[in-house]
Amino acid sequence: MNDALHLEFTVEGNNFLSAGSASDEVKNTLKKLGIKAQAVRRVAIAMYEGEINMVIHAGGGNAYVDMFADHIKIVLADTGKGIEDIQLAMQAGYSTAPEDILALGFGAGMGLPNMIKYSDRFDIQSTIGEGTTITMEIDFDQR
Amino acid sequence: MKIREIAEILDAQVYSCYDRLDDEVISACASDMMSDVLAFVKDQAVLVSGLCNPQAIRTAIMMDMRCLVLVRCKVPTQDMITLAQQSNIVILSSKLRMFAACGLLYEQGLLPGENTLV
Ligand SMILES: Nc1ncnc2c1ncn2[C@@H]1O[C@H](COP(=O)(O)OP(=O)(O)OP(=O)(O)O)[C@@H](O)[C@H]1O
Ligand SMILES: [Mg+2]
Repeated sequence: MNDALHLEFTVEGNNFLSAGSASDEVKNTLKKLGIKAQAVRRVAIAMYEGEINMVIHAGGGNAYVDMFADHIKIVLADTGKGIEDIQLAMQAGYSTAPEDILALGFGAGMGLPNMIKYSDRFDIQSTIGEGTTITMEIDFDQR
Repeated sequence: MKIREIAEILDAQVYSCYDRLDDEVISACASDMMSDVLAFVKDQAVLVSGLCNPQAIRTAIMMDMRCLVLVRCKVPTQDMITLAQQSNIVILSSKLRMFAACGLLYEQGLLPGENTLV
């Protein structure tokens, strides 16, 4: 695996059946490539949280994934409403999810903290009214 | 404990992956909030939940779990069954409520397991 393997996904907003399918496919691809189970799971969780956020909070978006020999780079980009206070949003327990989203099992305010916890490098850019872009890198051999 | 024994203890109905009932599992976790599962669970193979939607299955997939136990008589949708079937996850449904289901499984030797992933 010298060159990066590139995958792209369109994530549909507010579709709770397909939500997670991109993360699922990335997980299966990494597994087939023989990446350690622990690393695969960190990737799966971090990407799934980001994917779900685009489904719930941003009306959908795109995922761009590059797999290298020793790490993965995941870019989650949406043109949703953006995040007003990023520092606040990154705090564990902070959520703006409405009642109907809570009933689906989301809105614990743990998504962004999970992404930070399970990725080795994390970046978030967000502009109100323009959208949010999250970039995560996860090393396969770490920890 | 075999997944089959979990079904017996909880008097639960099986909805997917009948061929996996003899798989062995050691520990379980219980939650209705998926991000909590994603944050705090380590190698628990069983998820006990009152959440009956495709995202409960997706969460189980991401965590490499083997079995989803639905409590409070929740019946999985066809979409959930298809997803679980594809990913080798057994769906069980019990009439018991969360506390009772967890209590019985704990009493019979299913462990809580460790609490954090990293
Ligand atoms: N892509 C996004 N677009 C707009 N707002 C977002 C986006 N991602 C997160 N947010 C905002 O940041 C808050 C915190 O996100 P986080 O993922 O940590 O928690 P949550 O999605 O509310 O709950 P959980 O992830 O535990 O189910 C959200 O409630 C939402 O207000
Ligand atoms: Mg979230």
